[in-house]
Amino acid sequence: METLAALGAGFAVALSPENLLWCLLGTSLGTAIGVLPGLGPALTIALLLPITFQVPATAAFILFAGIYYGAMYGGSTTSILLNTPGESATIVTALEGNRMARSGRAGAALATAAIGSFVAGTIGTLGITFLAPVVVDFALKFGPAEYFSLMVVAFVTVSAVLGSSPVRGLASLFFGIWLGLIGIDLQTGQARFTFGLDELLDGVNVIVVAVGLFAIGETLYVAARRHAGQDEIIPLRGSLYMTRAEWSRSWKPWLRGAAIGFPIGAMPAGGAEVPTFLSYWTEKKLSKHPEEFGTTGAIEGVAGPEAANNASAAGVLVPMLTLGLPTGATAAIMLSAFQSYGINPGPLLFQSQPALVWGLIASLYIANIMLLVLNLPLVGLWVRILRIPPPLLYAGILVFATIGTYGISNSVVDLMLLYAIGAVGFLMRRYDFPTAPVVIGMILGPLAEQEFRRAMTISNGDWGVFVTKPLSATLLALAALALAGPLLWRLSRRRRTA
Amino acid sequence: MTARAPHGLASFGRPAWPETLIGLGLLGLAGLVWWQTGAIASTPMYAKVGPRIFPYLTALGLGAMALAMVVQGLRGGWQPEEEREVTTDWRAVFFVVAGLFFNVALIVPLGFTAASVVMFVLVAHGFGSRAPLRDAGIALVFSLAAFFGFAKALGVNIGAGLIERLLGA
Repeated sequence: METLAALGAGFAVALSPENLLWCLLGTSLGTAIGVLPGLGPALTIALLLPITFQVPATAAFILFAGIYYGAMYGGSTTSILLNTPGESATIVTALEGNRMARSGRAGAALATAAIGSFVAGTIGTLGITFLAPVVVDFALKFGPAEYFSLMVVAFVTVSAVLGSSPVRGLASLFFGIWLGLIGIDLQTGQARFTFGLDELLDGVNVIVVAVGLFAIGETLYVAARRHAGQDEIIPLRGSLYMTRAEWSRSWKPWLRGAAIGFPIGAMPAGGAEVPTFLSYWTEKKLSKHPEEFGTTGAIEGVAGPEAANNASAAGVLVPMLTLGLPTGATAAIMLSAFQSYGINPGPLLFQSQPALVWGLIASLYIANIMLLVLNLPLVGLWVRILRIPPPLLYAGILVFATIGTYGISNSVVDLMLLYAIGAVGFLMRRYDFPTAPVVIGMILGPLAEQEFRRAMTISNGDWGVFVTKPLSATLLALAALALAGPLLWRLSRRRRTA
Repeated sequence: MTARAPHGLASFGRPAWPETLIGLGLLGLAGLVWWQTGAIASTPMYAKVGPRIFPYLTALGLGAMALAMVVQGLRGGWQPEEEREVTTDWRAVFFVVAGLFFNVALIVPLGFTAASVVMFVLVAHGFGSRAPLRDAGIALVFSLAAFFGFAKALGVNIGAGLIERLLGA
């Protein structure tokens, strides 16, 4: 009941004309950048971070959340029509969606993706509404040791479990943590890793890192791989309305996708790739038309993963808002936006900033409705964006990258740092390192250090504090298991095949 | 991101030098972090909670991963075959890098818009556009719109130059 009252107050905030406009702006912008390959929500929100100096926090977060949700909708359009996933979370959608488009059913694929995203996004938002207060009650019992151990779990899962290689994932993470450590240590006032540069005393700006990795690195990578061939855009044919049969084949995958996506997204592990693959696999097993998978394109293979993707995107917001624990690059950058307002996300946020939190959650419901309208009747508009020629698109991205970094400081040193990070990002893309752990490590690393030192101060420097507290010990054991489990499994499997 | 082939150390082929070099480079970075951590001032009183402990842990983590990568690199690397086979388009990379270089070189003397136009044309050329004049026109309109849009909306100053002042920035 308390939750419903709080949500009601949240709608009063979100439905103000001004905030509705921010939501519309965010969802439109989000859909556009979701459609464009090469531009993602993390990069877009990073470029828009300076807005936090101009508008109230509620407006900024309604805008950012709209971009985040919108990118998930827009990404599927690109996957279906171009076979190049617009977002990493929509890789699976391309498998069946593009095949459906090739066999003349692009309209139905887009419709089931958009409606499925709406259904699952709304279920996921309901999940946030009712799960967040529960997590908050639980998290209020956390001390510094528990927080540190929880962050270790998140570190391990986002870098070692979800990617293709634990070694490269953890290397990215440690690199990010190091970037986060650069600058003045807030507890002792000591400069760390500044190499005598005054520009580094305030630390490396997250905008520089995110834009370097996601804009400069990505552009260099796409340029280097121009020989790999271009995909053609499949013209939008067929009615956007689904037939009776398509409806009846879609609704169960939507619900199953949401049921798979939300819990996985809400765990302090995050990531939308695992739930979309799981959902795809489930639908393939359960489908009455298995012959359509991989041939003409099965609608279940679009409906399920799209729902899973949006539900997990909603789920990611639970640890972000309640624990201050970002499990994706976009969430990490949103966390840095909170920091720029001097707000610390975490259990206390729900007490100290109820209008902000519940206004944001309420705006997520509104964003889903807006996105359904933006992505179904207006889909033709976004398809036109896909026709922007790559030379102009990538040149434009680099102009925006300049604005985003040079604009914050007018410092040539920042631009050079941007290019250096861009070069690192290029190597990372080329040699299959995940980039999200860099951003997560950079934002979460200093917070983890803070909790670590608090815990160690309380325990008078006794390392045992992390294993003698039962909850902290459990979390660390989970992290160790997540790290060692896949390795042991691989070893045992190799022994069997050998 | 691209869909990935399942990870495996199956290939015990010839050493893959790019991967080995990346591992060695990262090992160098870990060494640098370790060395620079020693330079952080700290009193013995703070030994276990001071500003050095986390950097040391980070250096250890980086070093361990770097060693694992060197081993993987010497055993044949981790790149899937199809990724190895794509020839890198160095010409395109060259023009993108040239664009970035001229941007940083020109942004102070000439201002944001002029530097952006030069970068835009070079990058578009790298991506295969063969209409430099059209690109320059698009770039001029685009970067002016971005300049005034951002300057107004976000209140950020992006380095006004000759062109911007002519238009009254």
